[in-house]
Amino acid sequence: MKNWPLWEVFIRSKNGLEHRHCGSLHASDATMALENARDVYTRRMEGVSIWVVPSAQITASNPENNGETFEPAIDKAYRHPTFYELPDELKHM
Amino acid sequence: MSEKELKSLEDQFQARIDRDEKIEPKDWMPEKYRQTHIRQISQHAHSEIVGMLPEANWITRAPTLRRKLALLAKIQDEGGHGLYLYSAAETLGISREEMYDQLHSGKAKYSSIFNYPALTWADMGTIGWLVDGAAIMNQVALMGTSYGPYSRAMVRICKEESFHQRQGYSILLTMANGTPEQKAMVQDAMNRWWWPSLMMFGPKDADSPNTEQSVKWKLKRKTNDELRQQFVDQTVPQANILGITIPDDKLKWNEERKHYDFGEIDWDEFWQVVKGHGPCNKQRLEARKSAWEKGTWVRDAAVAYAEKQANKEVKQAI
Amino acid sequence: MNNNLIQYIFGIADNCLILGQRLGELCGHGPSLETDIALTNISLDLLGQTRSYYQYVAQLQGGDVTEDTVAFLRVENQYLNTLLVEQPNTDFGYSIARQFLFDVFHLLLLEELQNSKDENLSAIAKKSIKEVLYHKRFSSDWIKRLGDGTDESHSRIQTAINDLWIFTDELFHQTDADKAMVSQGIGVDVTLLKTKYYKEVSEILEEATLQTPQIEYFQKGGKQGIHSEHMGYILTELQYMQRTYPNMTW
Repeated sequence: MKNWPLWEVFIRSKNGLEHRHCGSLHASDATMALENARDVYTRRMEGVSIWVVPSAQITASNPENNGETFEPAIDKAYRHPTFYELPDELKHM
Repeated sequence: MSEKELKSLEDQFQARIDRDEKIEPKDWMPEKYRQTHIRQISQHAHSEIVGMLPEANWITRAPTLRRKLALLAKIQDEGGHGLYLYSAAETLGISREEMYDQLHSGKAKYSSIFNYPALTWADMGTIGWLVDGAAIMNQVALMGTSYGPYSRAMVRICKEESFHQRQGYSILLTMANGTPEQKAMVQDAMNRWWWPSLMMFGPKDADSPNTEQSVKWKLKRKTNDELRQQFVDQTVPQANILGITIPDDKLKWNEERKHYDFGEIDWDEFWQVVKGHGPCNKQRLEARKSAWEKGTWVRDAAVAYAEKQANKEVKQAI
Repeated sequence: MNNNLIQYIFGIADNCLILGQRLGELCGHGPSLETDIALTNISLDLLGQTRSYYQYVAQLQGGDVTEDTVAFLRVENQYLNTLLVEQPNTDFGYSIARQFLFDVFHLLLLEELQNSKDENLSAIAKKSIKEVLYHKRFSSDWIKRLGDGTDESHSRIQTAINDLWIFTDELFHQTDADKAMVSQGIGVDVTLLKTKYYKEVSEILEEATLQTPQIEYFQKGGKQGIHSEHMGYILTELQYMQRTYPNMTW
């Protein structure tokens, strides 16, 4: 006996917004995963669009490598607008 | 890893929790943290799905269409909540099937409250009011727990559960304003569910060995006794509005403590039910096992079908 | 009072009530948590539709009649649902086969009913169509999974289809009230849906590698109020509260 694989569910709550991860569920195939997602995660009008992805297909970064992966971004202040000084009389840019 | 290194990792881990950082599935965590969470989250999930049974018992007999729909929707939500929680536990490396096995073999526990029978329609009201009321108290506290997936499941669950308690209370309110027969039914349900509801918060703090560790991991934001007290304080005025008596002659407002004093729980009964000898333990477990076993051929068929379809697509691609 | 119209509505609405009730029995006992939740959704849809129809009946009958007196306080031969929907949940295969055989019909019916000259019926039909479209998709998908799944599932679902097939013909029977409503442009002439129904059903069965039963003898009675032995038990539970504690508010 094989078990139904796990799927990750992403819901767009309304047009104009991105799909957001909202949870997971089990289903034997993609069609069922979509149907189940509709029944499990949109019972209260939470969505207008659903994505389902087999959980096994997700490649995730490893928190052990968080140092080299994310920390180098910390001192790149020049990517942020506040890095640049503007004359006081200029209110907006 | 040396003992010293492990200790240092554990200290860093605890420091993260103390800083209110969330722990996510792939983060390093002490093995005991993982195991404790698997146990607690799966137990919580089992409680949701076993908890569907006493209420499901009344779907076909609900007295009005409106009540039938509300009850169905509520029980369905509980199924959903079980699902969210199983998913959260699965991020810790256990499958839903393994958790079911633990439930079916009696290794895993679920909330003892569901081992009491639902005998009248007033029980539907009382379960919603008292049982969901007690559960919500615990769950609201758990929204701030340290494990990310568990905390997120709690947020979603609390949002959805807000109608459950009202659904129950509204059933009782209608009956309490009804005929003497209906009022008696409400009182009878109260008499049977009050003490088991208080038992839902678990043993007294003095007899609850895991409390300290669980508090550190924010698996417990308040102790059993604190939550129980909070529940009593909150429930007494609601019972007064219904015009029913709480079956405890020691129940009394304590002006000094600013809390209600209440009588002693029958701890023998508590342990009897926890150990599997409550009125419905066997029946509930049988119902779960039977649903799972009778569903085997269905789940197998779906997998076989999916494999056939996938093979067809491969062939078409060639 | 428009008795024919009321009888006609019962012929549609009682199917929703009894099937919703049957599906309600499954809540908490599904083959997987996800499937359990899905079946309950269908039950909720059908019982919601039931309320709309009965509220309309209550409005037509006036007086003390409410959706609940209509739902709970008739005697068995006043319920006009077809025999199909009262058949038990023998196993998941039977529940799905029953659902599928009803959904295909239900959708065809509502597609016509939305053109009814009766505004209330037309409005209920329009709202229900979207729900029933989903039901049909759900049950058809499961027919395919079970039909083209394992040997065991194939044989189980074929048996269920064969056993329930004898109740399909009744879906297209017309009572005198039905005929009267058709002639006024209010009711749907179900006899015209029959060919399309069997064609659609056969196509899906074929896709599911299942045989379309070749059966000549059908069962009927529900639409005339003459039910199977199951019906008494369904009503025993359905009416339990209202019969045991009459004239109370819940």
